[in-house]
Parts: sequence; structure tokens; C-alpha cells
Amino acid sequence: MKPPKSRKICMDYSAGKPVDPRIINEMLSYLHSFFGNPSSLHTLGQEAKKALEKSREKLAKLVNAEEPETIIFTSGATESNNLAIKGIANRNKNRGTKILTSSIEHMSVVNPCKLMMRKGFQVVFLPVDNFGLLDLEKLETELDDNTTLVSLVYANGEIGTIQPIKEISKIVHEKKAYLHVDATAACGQIPIDVQEENIDLLTISSNDIYGPRGVGALYIKKGTTIESVIQGGGQERGLRSGTENVAGIVGFAKAAEIAGNEMPQNSERLIELRDDLIKGLIDPIPDAYLNGHPTRRLPDNVSVRYSYIEGESILLSLDIMGIFASSGSACAAKTLQPSHVLLALGLKPEEAHGSLMLTLGRDNTQEDVDRLKSVMPDIVKRLRDMSPLTPKELKS
Amino acid sequence: MGEIPDAEGVGTVGNPVCGDLMTMYIKVKDNRIEDIKFKTYGCGAAIATSSMTTELAKGKTLEEAMKITRASVADSLGGLPKVKMHCSNLAADALHAAIEDYREKTKKSKEV
Repeated sequence: MKPPKSRKICMDYSAGKPVDPRIINEMLSYLHSFFGNPSSLHTLGQEAKKALEKSREKLAKLVNAEEPETIIFTSGATESNNLAIKGIANRNKNRGTKILTSSIEHMSVVNPCKLMMRKGFQVVFLPVDNFGLLDLEKLETELDDNTTLVSLVYANGEIGTIQPIKEISKIVHEKKAYLHVDATAACGQIPIDVQEENIDLLTISSNDIYGPRGVGALYIKKGTTIESVIQGGGQERGLRSGTENVAGIVGFAKAAEIAGNEMPQNSERLIELRDDLIKGLIDPIPDAYLNGHPTRRLPDNVSVRYSYIEGESILLSLDIMGIFASSGSACAAKTLQPSHVLLALGLKPEEAHGSLMLTLGRDNTQEDVDRLKSVMPDIVKRLRDMSPLTPKELKS
Repeated sequence: MGEIPDAEGVGTVGNPVCGDLMTMYIKVKDNRIEDIKFKTYGCGAAIATSSMTTELAKGKTLEEAMKITRASVADSLGGLPKVKMHCSNLAADALHAAIEDYREKTKKSKEV
């Protein structure tokens, strides 16, 4: 007899989110009926233009930007991060050539920074503590008159640790450098106020707030000196040329509106599930640990590690059961190196390799959490029985 | 999968720092691999290649078993992703190390 088929459970929502059904209809009309180019002067073009500007307002509202024109639409968070780093560094190089960032940034920040290094800029990757919090003293000592840009993640999506952005912003602005914050994982989960927190540039991703892929935004504070990375017809105030992806942008804006309205109740619910899951994945299993900060943590993020076994084998064991997770270890990714984020926390490579990352989404229920909690001890036990690293007392 | 407590040959290859470590245990009778088991720490490909290697080697003569290569293990699995060919496809090496360990040990016992 076949075992009863249980529901597939996705706990890898940071890798990709379903588009909220409430926004799809709205998007569709901009694909077939209002298909105009916002740069056209005729009515069809102006309909699209109106939708574009209305969308800008919705994005501005989500992060409390001073005016809609501060929002520049891009093709996603990667492009936004590239625009912020290259655009600020290049435009302000007469004033200084030093960039500060952290050792737990996304590759779309790391690699543009490395490119600037090859072009003669000085880049410092600031350390974090064991929880992933930025070393503020080191930030102060490295920040000098030659520094034009500090680029930091609001909350790292892999370990969930939320940085004290307001405090960081005070330090950065004492030296008159620009502060770029990558809020890809944080935006839509925790309230962000670019005016109150005094952020100069902010990266926002559409899919991370249940909007369509291929859309993102960069908030650029009024008066910021920046140059474009993509040149062409001068759309988006000349900062991002290319005919605007109106349908995508409309969907993104609707997602922003929903995220803004529903954030308090969604986050409260996810935090409850998150903390229950963390407890259930660590308490009953020996040599199991939490990655990241226990409380200053994104509502959706669960990152745990188990000694003596490897993350990908946990991921595949879960996959067989219809549960989709991610291994913090990059063995599942394109390189075989352990994640630079986990190593930056001070973990040894063999510790980092044992990590499992779960990111919760709107569709997850207590039932999903309970299922994870019930299957994990056996998976870990089976893999530990197989591993030559497991100490005798832990074997069956 | 598992350990052979009274194994006659043991071979360990890999490094936990890289994320893959495996040990092969063999028992030999009349120059044939009578029993073979593995212990593996690593990703899915590491575990799969370990398991496949034990299946390919069981019952073979030592000479035949020495001819099992990384490539033949990967082929028997229907291929491996490119990035996994180097790091995780260590099981044939572990098997060869176990056979060499067996040969060393039997040579020594003959000398005594």
C-alpha cells in the first residue's frame, strides 16, 4: 500500500515567491489593453505613463519616501545594487575613492564592489559578530574623508539578522558619505522609513514582496549625486534607460500596497511560526545550533546547523518527502565553497556545511511547521549514522 | 551503508573542510571483495557515488575493482553535474585506498 500523499511544503520562499493572485489581473490589462509606451504622447502612451506614476507613489509610500520621483524602477534587486554602488562611486570619485561594505552582503553587492576594487577603488569588507551584527566600531574607524559610499544589507536573507540601520546611518552621515541599504529581504517584512532612518539609497525587490520577477526599485534621496549604469533613451530621470516594464511595475506596486497594509499581521504570524520551528529543530536534536540572531531576526528566517552532516544531504532528504528547503552551504549552488555569510559569523567551513535554511511564506501553516519538526530528528539521525565524523555516543 | 568492524581494508579520502569525507571498508575472500560498506559525510552526490561504488565493487576481484574509476561511477549513476565531478566523486578513490590498505596489511602479515 502506498503511503498517503501529504501536501507539498515550500519553506524556501526567499528563493522565489508566488505572485499574489490579487495583482495578476491588474497586471494583465497592461499587457493586452493598456500596452502603450509611457514615452508616447498619445492617449495610449499616457495611460501607461499614468499607471507608471501611480506605481511610483505606491512604492514611495511603502518606504515613506519624501516624494514619488525618488523611486527609480529597475529590473530587480541585482540591478538596483549595481546602480547604487557603481553610480555613487563613479560619480563621486573626485571627492573620494573608498567604499565600505560588510562581509555578509549578497553577491550583487560583493561583486560590483570587487569590480570597483579592480578599477582602483579601496573597498573594505567590515566584519560582523557571531550573530551577524555589524561591528560599529570598525565602521567608525574605517570611515574617513575619502569614503563616499557605505553599502550595507538591512537584513541578510540567509541568516535573518537585522542591522541597526538608524544607528549606522548616524555614524555614516557624520562623515558625509552616502548610505546605500540593500533591503531586498527586509522590505515588506519589517517597517522601513527612509526619512526617519536617513537612508540615501534603498534597494527593493518585487518578487520578495510577492510581486512578479524582473522588477525592482532603487530609492534615491533627493539631491544625491549619482550617475547611470545603463544609458539610452533617458527613462527614469536618465538613471535607468529602457522602455519601462509597465505590467511588471504595476504588479510590483500592487504588491507593495498589499505588503504595507498586511505587514503587521503577516509578520506577527510568521514570527510565531518561526520561533516554534527554530525550537522544534534544535531542542530535540543534539549538537544543533541557530545561525544568526535569536531576536533581531527577519520574521521568515530559520537557519540552523547540525554538526557532522552536510546541508545538501538534509535538503535532499526533505525533498524526497515533498518539503522544499535550502542549504546554507553553497554545495547546492554554483560554487562548492561554503557560504561566505556563514564563514563571516566565525563558523568553520565544516560547521557552515551543515546548515539548513528555511524561509517561511504567507502560505505556510502551523501544520507545515509541525511536519518539519516531526521529520527532522530522523533525517539527522540517519545522516549521522552514515557520517564518519559522528562521535560514537550519537550513533544508534 | 555502515561500517565493517573487522574490515581487512579501510580507505578514507576527502576533507570535511571541503564538505566531503568518505571511508570504505572491505572484506576480501579468495581475492574477491566479499563485503563492502561505506560511511560518508557530504552532499547528495557524495552519498550517491559512495553507494554506487559499493554496488559496482561487490563480488569483483581486487584487480577488477581497481579498474572502477570516478568516470565509471558517474556513468553508472547516469551522469553527475559538472561541479560535482571533482569534489564529490571521491568514492572510487576511497575504494582504491581500501584495496591498497588490504594489500599492505596482507603483505605485512606474510612477512611476519
